[in-house]
Amino acid sequence: MENNAKDYSHINGWGIDIDPKNDPTYPIKRRTDEEKDGYSWERPPQQPINIEVLHSIERPNITAVFGTSVPPSGLSGQIRRLAFKESENSYGHWLPLLLADRINVVEGVIDDLKDGRIPNFFAEKGMKAEWKHNPASVVQKLAVGAAVAGAVILLFAGEKKRRSWFYRLMEA
Amino acid sequence: MLAMNYRGPQRVRIDHKPMPEILHPQDAIVRVTRSCICGSDLHLYNGNVPDTRVGSTFGHEFIGVVEEIGSDVQKLKVGDNVLVPFNIACGKCAFCKQELYGNCHEANSQATAVGGIFGYSHTAGGYDGGQAEYVRVPYADVGPTVIPEGMDPDDAVLLTDVVPTGYQAAEMGGIQKGDTVVVFGAGPIGIMAAKCAWLFGAGRVIVFDQVEYRLEFVRNYAQCEAYNFRSIEDPVVFVKKTTDWMGADVCIDAVGAEAAGNAMQTFTGRKTLLQAGSATALHWAINSVKKGGIVSIVGVYGPTDNLVPIGNVVNKGITIRANQASVKRLLPKLIGHVQSGVLNPKALITHRVPLEEISDAYRIFSDKLDNCIKPVLIPPSAKV
Repeated sequence: MENNAKDYSHINGWGIDIDPKNDPTYPIKRRTDEEKDGYSWERPPQQPINIEVLHSIERPNITAVFGTSVPPSGLSGQIRRLAFKESENSYGHWLPLLLADRINVVEGVIDDLKDGRIPNFFAEKGMKAEWKHNPASVVQKLAVGAAVAGAVILLFAGEKKRRSWFYRLMEA
Repeated sequence: MLAMNYRGPQRVRIDHKPMPEILHPQDAIVRVTRSCICGSDLHLYNGNVPDTRVGSTFGHEFIGVVEEIGSDVQKLKVGDNVLVPFNIACGKCAFCKQELYGNCHEANSQATAVGGIFGYSHTAGGYDGGQAEYVRVPYADVGPTVIPEGMDPDDAVLLTDVVPTGYQAAEMGGIQKGDTVVVFGAGPIGIMAAKCAWLFGAGRVIVFDQVEYRLEFVRNYAQCEAYNFRSIEDPVVFVKKTTDWMGADVCIDAVGAEAAGNAMQTFTGRKTLLQAGSATALHWAINSVKKGGIVSIVGVYGPTDNLVPIGNVVNKGITIRANQASVKRLLPKLIGHVQSGVLNPKALITHRVPLEEISDAYRIFSDKLDNCIKPVLIPPSAKV
């Protein structure tokens, strides 16, 4: 929507009750109204753009400075690129980014293995500290993990048994 | 250099990473001497913030020594001890000029919904953070502030976020003399908000949380009332009763997305991410405040949607005020408050952990083990 806030003198009574002190943002904002001039300030110099920077389609450009921590890559990067075709106003932006984050975790494990490193999940999760300060929780987690693993094994073993029974019957 | 390395939800480790470089004429490289884990880092740690990429380094609360400066930096020199506000701000855009330094328009390409923040996902700009030995600090003439001679570094590191955010939470409440202020959350921010509420003339300050040692701490530190919402049937009814059925004048949400206390919110907000975090504290704040009252939000939520009773906001005539703290705007006043002894932030620090033990530090803070309130990370390079 175009901003036509220029001259309202033709509107009878316009502005007669303006009270600058009635500003719910005071004192959080030192009101200058410069944003009403649009994107017109003297920008800082542009950081050289020599990596891939995804930018929101709700702005026209890449900001004068930007982070370079982890450029998009792999399958997660492809999903992120697609996500940035949608606006921040859209689930089509944020939900794919969360999906990409989860895929990126698997990519991280693969990268570790490629580098000859087996991730130490126990250490990365800070379980040493948990064992020291809350051993009951660790025992509980291990018990739940063992129960789930046991159930999965039993399920598959049962399935195998059922299948072998079925095949024997079919062969007969 | 050593740096924290995010590997996935609740998985972090310390790794060797390349040294940061000057990438812009207004950059500085800072050797970190103290950094903190913030409650809002837990949203990243739990994988709740979209575009948190594996390999990122978190950390938006840090202080250090300037090691290198870009060609345009004029106010800092190599060797300066600086505290670095968590928001990255250019100082030139329309929003910075209005002192909205948490809402800079030249620091975050990835989202217009949030400014640039150190070590806070690509949604906040993709900057590496200060849970490392060295960090790149953009716009070095704007944010970083030389630490006054004699100031304790533990006080200084809490001036980068905890103190300004807690103070601004109270400030946004528009607290008037004698007001009843209810703070939801007794983490470091809630504790500081409760303490600062008195500075604005509050007549009564009430804090809710579920962690007993934190309630005990805030009772002593902020000289306020503190209640465990687990032992109260309904905190909203409790507030109504204790204010002669009027409601609090001001309610502060100092929890954000990790809130407990409501099974439906926890399931949809924390366990399944069907909403942008659990909005229990905000829900309670809206329902506890009086008609015509003010709700101040500094708790961090994700960028999508939350289930809150917005109809009650309309029907009760509530004013909601919220923002990331404008650290640079508040620093001169807050440095004064620390130097005069009005505020004693370092008392919040309960754990000093070597950076190399970051996985354990996150676990301790995340699970509130060992009576942890605020952990500080000390990198090996701090001793150089």
